Amino acid sequence: MDYFAQQLINGLVLGSIYGLIAIGYTMVYGIVGMINFAHGDIFMIGGFIALITFLILISLGLTAIPVILLVVLLVSMAITALYGWTIERIAYRPLRHSFRLAPMLSAIGMSFVLTNYSQVAQGARVKPIPPFITGGYTLHESADGFVIQLSNIQIMVVLTTIVLLAIFTWLVSRTRLGRDMRACEQDQTMAALLGVDVDRTISMTFVIGAALAAVAGLMYLLYYGLVDFYMGFVAGIKAFTAAVLGGIGSLPGAMLGGLAIGLIETFWSAYFSVEYKDVAAFSILIVVLIFMPTGLLGRPEVEKV
Amino acid sequence: MTAKPATGIPSLLKTAFINALIALVLFSLMVGIRTEAGSDGQLTYWTRFGDLASLVAAVFGGSIVIELLRQWIGPTGAEKLVPPAVKSGMSFVGRYLAPALLIFTLLVPVIFYNQRYILDLAILVLTYVMLGWGLNVVVGLAGLLDLGYVAFYAVGAYSYALLATNFGWSFWVCLPLAGILAAFWGMLLGFPVLRLRGDYLAIVTLAFGEIIRLVIINWQDLTGGPNGVTGIPRPSFFGIPLDNSDDGLAAKLGIEYSPTHRIVFLFYVILALALLTNWVTIRLRRLPIGRAWEALREDEVACRALGINTTTTKLTAFATGAMFGGFAGAFFATRQGFISPESFTFQESALVLAIVVLGGMGSQLGVALAALAMIGGFELFRGLETYRMLVFGMAMVLIMIWRPRGLIGHRAPTVYLTKAQAISSDLVKEGHG
Repeated sequence: MDYFAQQLINGLVLGSIYGLIAIGYTMVYGIVGMINFAHGDIFMIGGFIALITFLILISLGLTAIPVILLVVLLVSMAITALYGWTIERIAYRPLRHSFRLAPMLSAIGMSFVLTNYSQVAQGARVKPIPPFITGGYTLHESADGFVIQLSNIQIMVVLTTIVLLAIFTWLVSRTRLGRDMRACEQDQTMAALLGVDVDRTISMTFVIGAALAAVAGLMYLLYYGLVDFYMGFVAGIKAFTAAVLGGIGSLPGAMLGGLAIGLIETFWSAYFSVEYKDVAAFSILIVVLIFMPTGLLGRPEVEKV
Repeated sequence: MTAKPATGIPSLLKTAFINALIALVLFSLMVGIRTEAGSDGQLTYWTRFGDLASLVAAVFGGSIVIELLRQWIGPTGAEKLVPPAVKSGMSFVGRYLAPALLIFTLLVPVIFYNQRYILDLAILVLTYVMLGWGLNVVVGLAGLLDLGYVAFYAVGAYSYALLATNFGWSFWVCLPLAGILAAFWGMLLGFPVLRLRGDYLAIVTLAFGEIIRLVIINWQDLTGGPNGVTGIPRPSFFGIPLDNSDDGLAAKLGIEYSPTHRIVFLFYVILALALLTNWVTIRLRRLPIGRAWEALREDEVACRALGINTTTTKLTAFATGAMFGGFAGAFFATRQGFISPESFTFQESALVLAIVVLGGMGSQLGVALAALAMIGGFELFRGLETYRMLVFGMAMVLIMIWRPRGLIGHRAPTVYLTKAQAISSDLVKEGHG
């Protein structure tokens, strides 16, 4: 039971990170109708930028952890968002009205560019950082000595995710930008006729998605203490799985799917085998798509002839 | 990056300046600062402001050049008039290019007999031509986007490798078996994804490819895990080995033995396999099943309304494509003599898919030319191993922007009244399939 509770905590933390990435997928798919294949690599870039900012701030002599964290968060969100904007501008916008395979292949190309760009720029080796946020709470100690730990970093990851999700839900449902986004999702031509700047709205979607991916990258860096250039690929596919599982286009669905994938992966590693945890995640994707193509919270798509 | 029509020099400079500024922010941390883990596990960093400055300068200069080119070429999307003389010349080249290429390919071992490097490269190109033609059945003809094609390549390679090393079966027995096994896996993948379309299908095939690779890595008892399978036997000339022994082909023919014989033999084997793929595809296109594939690509709903069984149509497309992938895999295993999961990553799938799309989906000649261009281009960057995939990714993006429909992007109709009139594929509106 204690083991189960501990795995539940670990799974929720991992799921929060997946959920943050999945939101970027689901938003872009909802509006542009394409799988932004490079989104996983945006997450990786976010992690790298956070790492480099950490190094600079520490070598400048800053010691106050909250200040450092805040600066790192803002810097990595800003620069990663600019990456998202630039990629949309270069690789996706010229192809918006092209045939349906074109943006997808362009996105795959962009994913290769980002992966190898960071390999060339920062080297292939794994980059570790010392733990910044230490300590935690012991929730329960059983008779046989098994301890349920809840570390501060785990609390931080979950709290950050909840706060961001709240801000984001408010943004989509209450602001002008959110209304524009929902309008573009339903009908781009009609939205344009009613005065919505479609290009700008789509750009903003990529910017917000990339900023959330940057937060996920920072959380990953803090939680696992390392980044490498290849981490975007697998994380990206899993986050996409999460988005599909939750019902693509649905924001609460993306978060729910992220949590589900995180829990499944953690429990699979804990009770079955660590080697096959990715196989389990991918198999879930296939099974979900076969039996529930619209996901948990998705709307069924009506095909018009 | 900014698409606003620039008119004068000031606005040109302004655009370039903004682009350079964006580049400065983008590259500031990733390029300007280099991190590395030291021997004690402590991260260190050093600055590279020189590289950063030259990159930003390159973006500044590059955007001026692109902007000038854009003004010089004129607005994109305008109807480009092709003079009739050029048009007839193009069709002349088009008619004789394929036979000429085929004759040249047949003569490659004769011309380059002593250049081992060129022969090896030619074999590699032909392997990708074959993979491209195999995937073309699935993506180009049936319109099913398959991002996990490398899985079938892996199944074929491991089928041959394991059968040959464990049971000592010969290449010519294993080759059809590898094809059948790969086709079986194609059906296995095909069944669950029947109801999926477009992007979902792409992601599921990608997941399938990754599952196959992960299983190969982790099932160490059978596949040897990351170490791969070594000592895969070389192919024989229908039972006669191509080696230095007394039973070897060279000894039987009474000529002096040379290791080049085996390379030439391998060259003709893969050429024959590739041509078989091409021939089967061309023949299938004239059969009802081929017509059904193309109908499925153009519009699935209309296809079903006309009474075509989409289930069998999709499954046969997957199985046929997978079978050719399996053949190519078996050939790959026998040529290398060693296989490991590293040869079957997602990058391979993307490379083959890029070949098919660059070739203009559905065009056999286009795929062959694209394979030549891609693999040849890859070879040019052999010295710059780390930059290779970077350039490949950029090329993929640029090609998609430049010619989303590929090099030979026209649709030749399979049924016509009096004469076949090829149309540009820009005019074809594809349904969701």
